[in-house]
Amino acid sequence: METYKINGTEDTPSIILDKTTNTFEISGRSLPEDVVTFYKPTIDWLEAFGNAPNNNFSFDFKLEYFNTASSKIILDILMKLDEVAENKGASITINWHYDKNDDDMQEAGEEYAELVSLPFTFKAQ
Amino acid sequence: MEVTSIRQFHQLMESNKLIMLYEGEFTQEITKGVLAMTERNLDKDSVEAGIKKKIYNVMVEVLQNICKHQASSSDDAKTAVFMIGEDEEHFFVISGNTIQQNKIAAIEEKLNLINSKDKDGLKLLFRDLRLSATISEAGGAGLGFVDIARKSESKLKFQFDLIKDDLYYFIFLSTISKHTSENN
Repeated sequence: METYKINGTEDTPSIILDKTTNTFEISGRSLPEDVVTFYKPTIDWLEAFGNAPNNNFSFDFKLEYFNTASSKIILDILMKLDEVAENKGASITINWHYDKNDDDMQEAGEEYAELVSLPFTFKAQ
Repeated sequence: MEVTSIRQFHQLMESNKLIMLYEGEFTQEITKGVLAMTERNLDKDSVEAGIKKKIYNVMVEVLQNICKHQASSSDDAKTAVFMIGEDEEHFFVISGNTIQQNKIAAIEEKLNLINSKDKDGLKLLFRDLRLSATISEAGGAGLGFVDIARKSESKLKFQFDLIKDDLYYFIFLSTISKHTSENN
C-alpha cells in the first residue's frame, strides 16, 4: 500500500501514513480553509488501510493547534481507527502529544479519549 | 464593555489600545496574514503563551466564520471589520459584518444557548454538537461559537443593528482575561 506523506504549511499539518514502517502521524497546525478537501486523501487512505490493517501500531497526534472544523475530522479519524480495532482485532494506541503548558490541548485529547474505546497515551513535552 | 452600535465601535477603538484592525474582504489568505501579524504583535508585547494561544484560537474561529459568511453572501454584504484591542485587564476580539435579517434568529438562538451554559455545560454542548454535526455543516453547526466561549471563558457579546430594509449589522465581541484562571 502506497505511503501518504505531505509536508505542513502555516495552516495545514504534516501527515505521514506509512504501512510499511508502521508510522502514522499528524503534526503541526490544522486550520485549512476547506477541511473536507484537505483531509479527503487521509480519510480515503485509512478506509483502504482498514481492510487490511497492521496488527499493532500507534497513531501519533502532535498538533500545536487545530480549529473546530478540523476537530470534527480528527474525531472521524479516531472513530475510523476505533472501528478498525474492533472489526479487525488490531491493537491500536493513540499517542496524544501536547505542550506541557497547553491545558486546552491536553483537555482536547482527554475529550476524544472519552468518545472512543482506543487507549490514549498522553505525552507532555 | 458593551458594544451596541457601529458608533460605539469607533469609540471603542479610540478609548482602548488597538492591536490590529482590518476592514475589507476576508479570505483564507487574509486570515493567515492577520494571524501572523497579530502573533508578531503579541510576541513583541511579551504576552504569556497560554493567553496568546487563546487569542489565536478565538481569532481563527471568528475569521473563518466571517470568511464562510462572506462566501455565502451577496454583493453588499462583502465587507467586514475585524479588530483586536486591549485594556488593562482584557484582550478583545471584535468583528462586525452585515447580515440578512433571515439569518439572525438562528445565530441569536445559538449564542443565547451558549451564554446560558457554565463551563461543564459548554463542554457537553461542544461534545454533542461535534458528534452530531456532519462534516459539511461542521462550519455552520455553531461549534466555532462554542469553542470561542470555552477558550475565552467569558460570555459572548453580540448585537444586531438595523442598517436598512432587511439588512443588519452583526457585532460580535469576545473577551479574554489577561490573568489565567487558577481553577483548573
